[in-house]
Amino acid sequence: MASAQESAALAKTKETRDSWLLSAPALVIIFFAALGPLIVMFAYSLMVKGDYGDVKFGEFSGDGWFGVFFNRDIFDDTVTLADAHLTIFWRSVKLSLFTTVIALIFGFPTAYFIATRPERSRDIWLFLVTIPFWTNLLIRTFAMMEVIRNEGIINLLLIWIGIIDTPIQIMYTDTAIMMGMLYVYLPLMVLPLYASMEKIDFRLVEAGYDLYATRFQVLWRVIIPLVKPGIIAGSILVFIPSLGAYVTPRLLGGGKNMMLGNLIELQFGQGRNWPLGAALSITLMAIVMVAMLVYVKQASKGTSSHG
Amino acid sequence: MANASTFSVRRQTGFTTIAATCFVLLYAPIVTLIIYSFNAGTSIAVWRGFSLRWYEAAWNNEQIREVALRSLLIASVAATIATIAATMAALATTRRTGFKGMTAVYAAINAPLMVPEIVTAVALLITFATIKVATGYTGLGFLFAAHSAFCIPFAYLPVRARLESMDLSLERAAADLYATPWNTFRRVTFPLLWPGIIAGYMLAFVISLDDVVITEFVKSAGQDTLPTYMLGQLRRQITPEVNAISTAFFLLSVGIVTLFFFLNRRKR
Repeated sequence: MASAQESAALAKTKETRDSWLLSAPALVIIFFAALGPLIVMFAYSLMVKGDYGDVKFGEFSGDGWFGVFFNRDIFDDTVTLADAHLTIFWRSVKLSLFTTVIALIFGFPTAYFIATRPERSRDIWLFLVTIPFWTNLLIRTFAMMEVIRNEGIINLLLIWIGIIDTPIQIMYTDTAIMMGMLYVYLPLMVLPLYASMEKIDFRLVEAGYDLYATRFQVLWRVIIPLVKPGIIAGSILVFIPSLGAYVTPRLLGGGKNMMLGNLIELQFGQGRNWPLGAALSITLMAIVMVAMLVYVKQASKGTSSHG
Repeated sequence: MANASTFSVRRQTGFTTIAATCFVLLYAPIVTLIIYSFNAGTSIAVWRGFSLRWYEAAWNNEQIREVALRSLLIASVAATIATIAATMAALATTRRTGFKGMTAVYAAINAPLMVPEIVTAVALLITFATIKVATGYTGLGFLFAAHSAFCIPFAYLPVRARLESMDLSLERAAADLYATPWNTFRRVTFPLLWPGIIAGYMLAFVISLDDVVITEFVKSAGQDTLPTYMLGQLRRQITPEVNAISTAFFLLSVGIVTLFFFLNRRKR
């Protein structure tokens, strides 16, 4: 009896050891080229900036973090709020929120449309949504440039119809960034929405109609509550990458309309202020983590209430 | 089910119209891009008739060939490393009685998905710049490592999904017939797992091929990949050559994803 227990315990320790050994390569690669560097970056955010980029090793200072929110005047040392940074923070949050809401407005009916197709054809529709998603981000952004340029389709079309005489300037505005992000991240909204709509029990919808509900009431009181976890998941999946977007605002927003990602890049390029760049990166990551926590909390609530 | 012509409980007013608009919006820009890649003129704005000249120009451009080959090289190496590491990790974290720290392993493997790309990119820039200065090595190894790391979660997903849907009793039968664990893996588990591994490899390959941001920050001089090269081009004068490259690149991605789609479909 005892020996059986012992050997079982032994087998268990061996299995645990094997599990760790099997996981080791993945863990080492991720630590070396993803998580470890984040720790290094945190250390850099606390150091004194070097004169030509980089940092002065071993010399610590809070300047990097101070610079995220404040400016110190170089002549008289007066401290003011860093307006430029706050504007960019605000623009990032605002544009990401708008993008999320518009993606929801387009994505919800699309996901519903797919979920109500016959089972055989659903895969094909889903596939059509995923293709743009697997296409290179750069190509999609470039495609968007072609559409909204002064000589792009939108302007050509509007001029041809006769609504406008001169092209509307869309490129290099906040609107351009938003359209680009909407285009790039829309599939991320549709996919989780579809996943939860697929599971809708349409007998509940039928019951709603039997009780004399209008179509809108059924949508608002039955369908939307049922797919709430999908709505939250889709919104988070669009909001988070929008907040950290770099390529889209760089190409569509031009130099003036920066978002957080571009502000961070600037500190490692012309700005030559690595500690500030590191501190900004960690700030961005913190905002993303908060959004993620909200999601996890909501998601766990969603599953528990549905059994 | 209710007859469509009378009353469908599934219908919602206007939804089909919005869905149709959505699909048009998703595809119109890409279609425009493809059409203009066949433009005979030098401008991407004015249509001057059909021609393949820009494909020819792109094909004969040394630099484009070089960066395209580098992209494919990095994607194959990174996808291979990521798939092997992810498969091993998936074997360790599924279908076993949980071990201490398994949640931590799971979290670590998925961590690259949680961090915004630009943040990972600058963190790698800082770290690798220091290593480059300290060791003097500036080769492709850094790009291989960075790409492998962010590909691991993508390779892990399908392998894990496949493992979870697999029948454990076959492996038990093998063990009952005195197969060694290695033989069981080689003759039973691996052949069953194969579609998941292929799917994981393809996902990782596409993800690596598509990466712009991390590559842009990690690469040393002369290590442009196709996407970073295109990023550079897009900031200068754009000719339909970029459209031609984009179209080719698009077709490659679509090809891989289509393959992935049918592989997944057959499985069911």
